[in-house]
Formats: sequence, C-alpha cells, structure tokens
Amino acid sequence: MLTIIIWTVVVLTLLGALLALVLYFVASKFKVEEDPRIGEVEALLPGANCGGCGHAGCHAFAQSCVEAGTLEGHFCPVGGNKVMKAVAGVLGLEAQDQAPMVAVLRCNGGCGNREKTTEYDGYKSCKVINTLYAGETACSFGCLGGGDCERVCQFGALKMNPETGLPEIDQELCTACGACVRECPKHILELRLKGPKEGRRVYVACASNDKGGVARKACKVACIGCGKCAKACPFGAITVENNLAYIDFAKCKLCRKCVAECPTGAIHAVNFPVPVKTEAI
Amino acid sequence: MNKLTVSLSPHIHSADSTRKIMRDVLIAMAPAWLVSVWFFGISVIILTVAGVAACMLTEWLITRFMMKRKSTVSDLSAVVTGVLLALNLPPSSPWWLIVIGSIFSIGVVKMSFGGLGQNIFNPAIAGRVFLLISFPTLMTDWTRPAPLIGSVDAVSGATPLAVVNEGLAKGLTLDQIFTQNDFSSLEMLFVRIGGSIGEVSAIALILGFVYLLVRKVVKPHIPLAILCTIFVFSGIFWLIDPQQYTNPLFNLLTGGVLLGSFFMATDYATSPMGKTAMVIYGIGIGLITMIIRYFGSYPEGISFAILIMNSVVPLLNKYVKPRKFGR
Amino acid sequence: MRKRTFSIGGVHPNDHKIARDCAIEDLPLAPIFSVSMSQHLGAPANPVVAAGDKVRTGQIIGEPSGFISAYVHSPVSGTVKSVAPRANLLGHKIVHVDIEVEGDEWMEDIDRTPDIVREITLDREQILDRIKKCGVVGLGGATFPTHVKLSPPPGKKADVLILNGAECEPYLTSDYRIMLERGEEIVIGAEIMKKALEVDRVVIGIEENKPEAIENMLRITASHPGIEVMALKKRYPQGGEKQLINAVTGRQVPSMKLPIDAGAVVQNVGTSLAVYEAVQKNKPLIDNVLTVTGECCPQQRNLRVRVGTPLSFILEQSGGMPKDAVKIISGGPMMGWAISNLEATTVKSTSSLLCLTAEQTLRKEEGNCIRCGKCVDACPMGLEPYLLNRLARARKLDELEENAIYDCIECGCCLYSCPANIPLLDTIRVYKREVLAIMKNRASATAK
Repeated sequence: MLTIIIWTVVVLTLLGALLALVLYFVASKFKVEEDPRIGEVEALLPGANCGGCGHAGCHAFAQSCVEAGTLEGHFCPVGGNKVMKAVAGVLGLEAQDQAPMVAVLRCNGGCGNREKTTEYDGYKSCKVINTLYAGETACSFGCLGGGDCERVCQFGALKMNPETGLPEIDQELCTACGACVRECPKHILELRLKGPKEGRRVYVACASNDKGGVARKACKVACIGCGKCAKACPFGAITVENNLAYIDFAKCKLCRKCVAECPTGAIHAVNFPVPVKTEAI
Repeated sequence: MNKLTVSLSPHIHSADSTRKIMRDVLIAMAPAWLVSVWFFGISVIILTVAGVAACMLTEWLITRFMMKRKSTVSDLSAVVTGVLLALNLPPSSPWWLIVIGSIFSIGVVKMSFGGLGQNIFNPAIAGRVFLLISFPTLMTDWTRPAPLIGSVDAVSGATPLAVVNEGLAKGLTLDQIFTQNDFSSLEMLFVRIGGSIGEVSAIALILGFVYLLVRKVVKPHIPLAILCTIFVFSGIFWLIDPQQYTNPLFNLLTGGVLLGSFFMATDYATSPMGKTAMVIYGIGIGLITMIIRYFGSYPEGISFAILIMNSVVPLLNKYVKPRKFGR
Repeated sequence: MRKRTFSIGGVHPNDHKIARDCAIEDLPLAPIFSVSMSQHLGAPANPVVAAGDKVRTGQIIGEPSGFISAYVHSPVSGTVKSVAPRANLLGHKIVHVDIEVEGDEWMEDIDRTPDIVREITLDREQILDRIKKCGVVGLGGATFPTHVKLSPPPGKKADVLILNGAECEPYLTSDYRIMLERGEEIVIGAEIMKKALEVDRVVIGIEENKPEAIENMLRITASHPGIEVMALKKRYPQGGEKQLINAVTGRQVPSMKLPIDAGAVVQNVGTSLAVYEAVQKNKPLIDNVLTVTGECCPQQRNLRVRVGTPLSFILEQSGGMPKDAVKIISGGPMMGWAISNLEATTVKSTSSLLCLTAEQTLRKEEGNCIRCGKCVDACPMGLEPYLLNRLARARKLDELEENAIYDCIECGCCLYSCPANIPLLDTIRVYKREVLAIMKNRASATAK
C-alpha cells in the first residue's frame, strides 16, 4: 500500500516538474517584446473594440498612439476627451480635443409619412432587402427598416421603434463609434456634432435625390430640394445638390431660420427649449 | 389592388416541415411499439403515455416560463423523445421512472442547450443512461408484466446478452449457454421477449426503418456503418474463439443494436451532416459497442457508444466536409 | 437513350408546366414603350436618341459603353418621349428611353419574311459582328453579351457547345414552346454558333419531362451531323451552367473558373433563336417569348413580347391581374425576381410573369435548425448552407471564405428544402457578395 502511495507521489511530482519545464521553455520562446506603455494606454481605453477610432480594436489603437509619437489623428470617440487626456498623460503628449459627435438618422419616412407600396417577406435585414430591391416604399433612398444598425450597435443606443419602423438614437448612449454608419446600406446614418447644451442640432432628415414631385409623392416629409433653406441661411451652411439639401454642421450656428422655411418639415431642430418645428408647420 | 409581396428567391418551398419529419419518425416506431403492446400489455401504454406527457409538459414549461418564447411542443420532437425513451425501458418499469427520465432528457439534455437541434447528446439515450446509472436494479429488472392477451408464461425475460455475460462469468461455454436458453437467430429476428420494450421484434424495427428510408427521412449510411462494423468486429473475434465470443448475427440482433442504430444514432441534431462523416460516426459507434460488450462490464453498450460518438459530432462536422463541386 | 444528370445535390420540385400546351401568340403593341438601357450584364448602354426623335423598329437607340455591354434597339416605331431614369421592376432607377408608338415601321434591312434561311454565308468575324450589332445577349437569365461569350479569351478553346433546353424551373414553358415551334431555326442558330466557336460538337440538353420537344429536336437534328440531342433526368438546377456542363460532359467547371475552362460554352435555346434571327435575318433582339402563368391566372399564355412592354399591359391583355396573386415573379419560382413595380417594362431576358398565391409562396415561420442536413444534400455545389447561414449571421467573413461561400450559385435548393423554413439563401447571397468583394480587393491589392 505504501509503495503505491510513494510511487504515485513520485510520478506525479516528476510529471509536474517536466510539464513546468515545457511551459517555461514555450513561454520564453514565444515571448513577445512590447512597449509596456501600450498596455498602460490600453488599460485606459474603454475596451469596446468597436473600431470607432479607425483601428482594428483598442489594442491596435493603443499601439498606434504609442508608435506614432503624437496624438494627432488619434481619437477614441467612445472614451471622449477625458480618456484622451489620460492617454496623453501616460505618453506625455498633447491631446487634441474634439467636440462630441452623435449618430443622426437622415430619414423621417416612418409608417405615417411614407406609404408602403410593397410588402417584404423574408429575413429581416437591411442588407438582404437592399440586395433584393429598392425598398418597401416608393422612396429608394430612405430607411429600409431592417434594423441592421440596431444589431451592430454595441452600446444599445439604437432601438427600432415598432411604430414608425425607424431606428431611434439615444444620444446619451451613443458614443459615435460609427458602427451603424458603416453598416447602413443606404448610407443614411451620419455622425454629426452633438451640439451645445442638451445636444442642440439642426439637420435635414432626408436623403432622397429624387426630384421634388417624385420625392413628395413617395414621402410626406421628404426634402424636395426647393432651396428655400439655402437662401434663408445667413451663414452659407446649406448646400442643395441632387435635389437634396445638406447642412454643414461646422458652419451651422443653430439659428433655425431654415427650419421655419422648409415646406415639408424635413429639417429637424432637436433639443431646443421651444419646439420651433411645430410652430413652423 | 393589394400590395405585391417581394422576397428573394426561391419563391416556392418543398412540403417538408419539422413536424412532418417527426410524424414520420413516430409512424416508423409504431410497428415495434405495437408488437410490445401485444406482448407486454397495458404497462407499455402507461409508460409511453407517461413519457410523452412528461416530455411535452417539461418542454412547454421551460419554453413558456424559463426561455419566455413561443412553445415548440407542436413540432412533435418532444413526443418522439418520450416514445423513444419508453421503447428503451424494461416493460416492468414503474411509471415514475420514465417521468424522471423524461424530465432529465428534455430539461437537461435538450432544453439547456437551447432546445431542438441545439443539443449535443441524444435526449432519449442520455435519459436512458441516466436512469441506468441512477436506478440500476429497476433498469435491469426484466420481469414480464401481464400481456394483453393470454397469461404470463415466463417470469423473467432477461436479455440474451445479460444471460451470456452471466454464463461466461460462471465459466460456461457459449454452446452450453445457447442450448440451455434456446437462443436461435430466427427467433430473435421475429420475436424475442427479453430486453426493453422496443426490441421485442427485430422485424418490426426493420420495417419502421425501411419506412424512414422510403420517406427519405434518414439516410442509410449511419445504421449500415454501425451494423457492418459490429458484424465484422464480432466476426473476427468469433472466428478466433467461438466459445468465448458470441457470433455476429447474435450481436446484431440483441442488446438494442437495431433500435439504437435505426432510431437513435440517426437523430439529426446529434449525428453528422455529411455522408463520409456519417460513415465514420457509424463505425465509431459499432467499435465502441463491441469493445464494451467484449471487454467491459455492461452486457450491451450501444447507448454508451452513441453518447460517446455524439460528443465527436461537432468535430466530424468541422473536419469531414462534403465533396465540393469543381475541386 | 441513356439519361444523364449532374453529380451532386439538386431537388425535385413539381414542374407545374400548366402553360405547356399554349401556342406562342403575338402580344399587341402597348401605346407606350419604355426601353431599359441596362438589359445585359455589364455596363449600361449609352442612349443615342433624344426626346422628340423619330425612331423605327429595329433602329439602334443605345450603344455599348464598354467591352462587356450591348446594343439596344427600338422595339417599335414612333417618337421618343423622354430619356430619363425610371424605376425598373425592382425599383432601381435605370435610364430608360420612352417611345410613343406610331404604326409599326421597320428598318428596311431587316428580313421579315417567314422563310427559313438555311445557308450560312457569313464567316466567323462577320457572324460575331452581326450578333454584337443586333444586341444579342444570353436569354437564360444572366444576359451575358453573346458575342463576348462566343469569343473565348486567347489560349482557351471550347470543344463543345451546349444548348440549354433543360428549362428546369417549374412553371416556365417558353423554351419548350420555341423548341416545338421554332426548332429548325434553333438548330440553324446552333450551326452558326458552332461555326463561330469552331467546335465540332453541339449538344442540346433537354429534360425528360419534355418528350415532345426531345422528339422534335431529334427529328430536326437528324440532318445536322455534329449536333446531338441529349435527354436529361428531371432535376433542378439542371439548367445552371455548371450543372448542365457536368450533366452533358461529366466535367466539372473548377471553382472560381468559367465554363470555358472546362472546354464548354453554354447558350440558351432562346439565345440560339436570337442568333439565328440576327445572323440570317438581320433582326435585332427586340422581342422574346414569355410565359404568363400561375394557377391563379385567368389565362395561361405563351406570348411573343416586344422588349419594353409595360408588365401591367401584359397582365391586362392576359385577363387582368389575378385576384389571389400576392406575388408576381419575373422568371421562374426558384431563381426569379419578385416584381415590386408593375409599371416597369420587360427586358430582353424576361422569360415569364408568374403569379403565385399567398399559400404557394409566402415564407413560413422560421423554426430551429434541426441539423437534418437536407440543405447539404440539396446543394449542387457541395456547400453547407446551414453553416454558411450561421456564419453569415455572425458576420464571420473569414470562415465564410474558408467554407467557399463564393461557390454558391444562388439556385435556392437549400431554402427550398429546409424543413424549418430558415431563410438560408437570403443571408448567404448577401454575404457571398461581401466575401467576393473582399477577395477582389485583396487580389487587386496583391497585384499592385
């Protein structure tokens, strides 16, 4: 009996020692030399690996920050200025402040505004619908309602509203990582300045390049490219191209003159204290 | 005009559905079940009803209250599990035994992996093995209950494999065991009372399997691979020493090999998809079954063999791919 | 006669060829025609007419804008109303030439007599030029410009021309009808393509569910050495290019390669007829035969329709929009496209208007994958659709490529056979395109 115990102990000890040796050699052979600052920077990052910074993940971003030697062109939209400042502290560099951005849907063609002309029957995904045809309504530019943006959002900031069939963006949760912008096959999600105070911003909620009449027939709240807003804008922030107005958020001073001019209510002004939009209509 | 519907192609669909497939499996199990009702009487009906009811109820409760989604009971897969489990029990089992088995089969083996199609192990087999380990006496009590017609003519109906194992342990030769117990292949092919509910008649099982083949519910690859492997493996040993190792035909017809290979090894979710992978899977089951029989302490072994091979299926699916066109 | 078929996969849908006994009729001209400039694979044609121009039937109104592109001709005579983008049958905006019909005045150089011209007088170059000038494209569905397909790239040589008369899609009968009614012209078209390709062997593959067509083509080809008729087993997708080559020659087109790499060129029987008309009669491709069918349709019809006819006009002329129809498909039920816009017009390859009822076509509720492997058995390319669908939903592009998603021919066998009604092909199709785009980018990046 005793011999069995002794043998067991001996064999197991030897086995353990042998395996420890193997592990040691493997670990030393495959050891990767890395700048320790990369790990430090990575620890500061949110770790969402969302790709919003334009790198493959947080580690790649940290590596790029360290290797570039400057923080120019490096910005983590999820962490924002606070995290970038911390990163700058670790690396002894200057952080470049950026105004917070938010994803904005350039379409307001919900069920009440844009009548369905066909019925889609199949796997509910914008990519699939887009492969098939122009969409359930007569507008071939607007939201397909398949919810691909909701699926890619890692932060739960996008929710499909079952009543309108459009996604809604929670500006508190949105980190402007841009995953939804990249996913949308119609390219109607855009990253815009979040805006001052509670997030005041003005934008055209339409992406239709159809001629005015066609666009209007397909959707009550379409931009018809009439150009009234561009004329009304004192800052030259609005351009009309391909029957569609676009407000440059860098130039826009949030005066909201265009909102009052828009005949279809396609221009949205959000988070202002008085709901100007309803007055205009 | 009504709105036109738009979808990607194809625009038509075959008449197949999960429910229809499950119904075909139930139909295929009917002959074997009816034969045992004939021989074992009302107790088979009670066990089956108890098994099916317990399986369906468990699945319904789990989908309804734990997974909070639409119940999947109507696809009949739980019914198949219930019936299969009943076919795998001794006819004298008490009703609560199958209820415990069913709850384990559905609750632990099937639903905890996500339900139909997601499970790694065949629920009925796992349920049977669970019962075999938990209630070894009940699961090897082969007392015959009263048949539907006539009276009991034998008190015990121990399985031939158990008899052989016991005999060999006592130092008897196979010739002696066979003559003492009057095992003939012909009898085993048609009706042999001894074993679980489902394995009374080999012919009834074969009939059901032919139905599955005709309806294209299953492909013959897995069962044939199992049967051939068992035949060849036991054939080799039998030729070496016919007094210690049972003959191939005896091995095929006993110990639930037919029931297991026809109805349980072919279970979709727990068997490989490609034909080559199916053959490998079948050979694996055959080999493990025979190794358990000849060298293990359990007289049969197909249940364990199927469970072990179930765990290999994901690997088979990953590494043994079907032949692609143009390469 | 031995019957052959392709080696892997396939399904057997009911053939529903309920319009098979309806002879081809000419559809009257609609008042306004709208001719798409993108009726072929490749770059859209450039319109060469403007609003107000008078055009005659057969006049060129669009010129090719690239190597893979095709001429477009006016199907009618009249005045051009506009040249503008217009929604096609899928709602995509494509440049169309709208023509208001005035009479039916044809270009003089088109031979409109019913006589069959048997002697082939043109040489190879002239034949290819004539096919190109007449805007002939593949009518089997892919609409690949025929003159390009008949000029194999240097160094590659076909040894067999296969005429596709399989018509394996359920419901469709247009190819069947032309094989019965225009068999001789098809065979002459085959002779022309045989000369252009310089091959010795032509095989006309026809599925066995069309015995009359097989008999008719056998009778006609008896006097044409080098052209044979091969009866094939009924099995979908026999009419797929790769599957047909496999069935007829036993060869398999290698993955990511073209049929010419297996020494074969496949042309549809309808294309052969168009080649005959182009080369022997100088008639451009301005009409084709389409089937109006479906159990819910008031009339089953096989119609010769000029390109650019509004779809709604065809339905009106065939007894009106069927009451129970929820889906109208251009093409067959397995690979056709559901029409979202009935104001759209026909193109060269519109082979049918198939009306299906809710019961026949609507997708059923998706269930759990039971891993039955029916999709794997059905896939004619030997892929694993269940796996591709799972990987596609998880966006695992690398693994999709490893599992050869790019080999998918989008035949629909997987979705057709899935007992759990999982929309396998919906996702596979989308991610196949993504993977192909990535592979293309990578190839061009490594080339640099």
